[in-house]
Amino acid sequence: MSTIARQGRGFRAGYAFLYLAFLYIPVLFLPLFSFNSGIYVAFPIQGWTLKWYGTLLVNDRLHEALGNSLEVAVAAALISTTLAIFAAKAFTRYRYRGQRLSLGVVMLPMVMPDIIVGVSLLILLNQVGIGLGLHSVIIGHTMICLPFAVAVLMSRMEGFDRNLEEASLDLGEGPVATFFRVTLPLILPGVVASLLLTFTISFDEFIIAFFLSATDTTLPVFIWSQLRFPQRLPTVLALGACILVFSACLVVFSEWFRRRGQVSAGPGVWS
Amino acid sequence: MSDPARFIDIQKVTKRFGSVTAVDAVDLQIARGEFFSLLGASGCGKTTLLRMLAGFESPTEGEILIDGQPMAAVAAHRRPTNMVFQSYAIFPHLNVGQNIAYGLRKERLPKLELKKRVDEALEMIKLSGYASRRADQLSGGQRQRVALARALIRRPKVLLLDEPLGALDKKLREEMQLELRQLQESLGITFVFVTHDQEEALTMSDRIAVMSAGNVLQVDDPHSLYERPSCAQVAAFIGSMNFLKGKVRGRENGHAVVEAEGLGTIRAEAVAGEFGEGAPILLAIRPEKLAITDSAERAPLDNYVGAIEGKIAAASYLGDRSHYYVTLPGVQRPLAVAAQNVDRETEGWLQSGAPVWLSWQPKGPILLPAE
Repeated sequence: MSTIARQGRGFRAGYAFLYLAFLYIPVLFLPLFSFNSGIYVAFPIQGWTLKWYGTLLVNDRLHEALGNSLEVAVAAALISTTLAIFAAKAFTRYRYRGQRLSLGVVMLPMVMPDIIVGVSLLILLNQVGIGLGLHSVIIGHTMICLPFAVAVLMSRMEGFDRNLEEASLDLGEGPVATFFRVTLPLILPGVVASLLLTFTISFDEFIIAFFLSATDTTLPVFIWSQLRFPQRLPTVLALGACILVFSACLVVFSEWFRRRGQVSAGPGVWS
Repeated sequence: MSDPARFIDIQKVTKRFGSVTAVDAVDLQIARGEFFSLLGASGCGKTTLLRMLAGFESPTEGEILIDGQPMAAVAAHRRPTNMVFQSYAIFPHLNVGQNIAYGLRKERLPKLELKKRVDEALEMIKLSGYASRRADQLSGGQRQRVALARALIRRPKVLLLDEPLGALDKKLREEMQLELRQLQESLGITFVFVTHDQEEALTMSDRIAVMSAGNVLQVDDPHSLYERPSCAQVAAFIGSMNFLKGKVRGRENGHAVVEAEGLGTIRAEAVAGEFGEGAPILLAIRPEKLAITDSAERAPLDNYVGAIEGKIAAASYLGDRSHYYVTLPGVQRPLAVAAQNVDRETEGWLQSGAPVWLSWQPKGPILLPAE
């Protein structure tokens, strides 16, 4: 191997290492200091402890916030995925005027700043008298989750032979029965992936929840409120570590599930 | 009870997609129990016509009746038709038995009866014992049979087949052709079969409609289609055909006398209409209706005419037969000639550049309208 090629490989490995370090070292500080027995986030680490994880278990306001977050995330995941099934079917199964425009409009919240969504909804919901609370957070989260759900489900719908739905019609099942007997089972991996992904997005979301939750704080809003008290920081770090692991598992699982489905019913099977 | 000769009645059906006319005012009548093929190159409108029978597309103009019932207001899932798709469309999330039983849900059969029907269907397609197999464990030929059983178990009045044999290899395809034909004869169900393979259509069909650019060019039984094509397009699409330009010179004993390039003045049968004297025509003769010899003396005499000298431009030896391209003086395109290699010694060895003599039976050449 030439010297230049060897140098090139060394450079690329170094670059990749720095890249990953930049991405993940800050994130790893969180779990690291959650095991620190001192309350200040600074080296050297004073001693190892699990006591901060213990405080998680006895904090009522935290449990309430966790309950709120789960409620919002489950609702937002279910609503956005259900809406996305219809949207994805429309975008992949039909051709109509204004289709590209409507697809663009549906996908737009993906790039819209959350603070804009938050402020806009704050004004709108107050104006129409709906008021703030968990329900308004659910509305906001459904909005920002929808484009992700549509993207996941569209790729799934495009992945299977349209003749399968026609075959079902041909065999005497109407459009509704065809949806439940053929379409839904075939897009099920996509539906599960979409539920997990949107759940994670909603569960982690701060800005919209901050604007719209009023007194019903969600977990990220609760964490933010704790940052003012230095003695509570280690508890927040322990909580953050738990959320980090949980979110990572969820995303990995959803991606694994989506791919597994693609392998078992992808176009390759038909050729 | 409708007229059995008009079991499927396609009346002036046109289908347009935007500015493209896929099917252009097609009139077709298909009889009860017939094996009917729609034959044409891809894009000729045959699949669109089939999809209109199934109810997946609706005609822009015209009407389709099946067994006397107008189909315009009948949705796909309520039609007395079932389809075998080109991709087979076997449901990947169901096993073979569930696939076959898919269309029986509304009959609400007791479990035992359902199992009996599925087992019968599996037996019919020679896949007994395969009920619990997954779809991706089947070969192409087996999937094709499952698709067939799934459609036939509903006892449709009409079975629609969209190039169902296209994805199979040659040997399997020939087996399936025979099986399909036997199945159709034993069930007595009307089959409408779409294919681009003219040999397949000739082998299986009672009648064939040759389609091109959304139009039906000719509807006939395989023999008539091959021997009495209505126009040069059909003649060229079914098998191969030599065309020579010519003019009508007169009539003699029910035959036309024509002057054709390269062949001089000869007799030929007018199969598509009559032509007046002086009319420009195409003289058409199939490769296997030309006899080829390596000397004028050895040309067949009884009932043969001609013995015109030419030269071999290209030869290919295929074992049972040989294909030659023969240039004749005054003819632009070489004539294709197919000769059976009956004699092991003297035939099948003609080489490029060799002088040869062509002769034919008087009934061989036919007259077609010049385009």
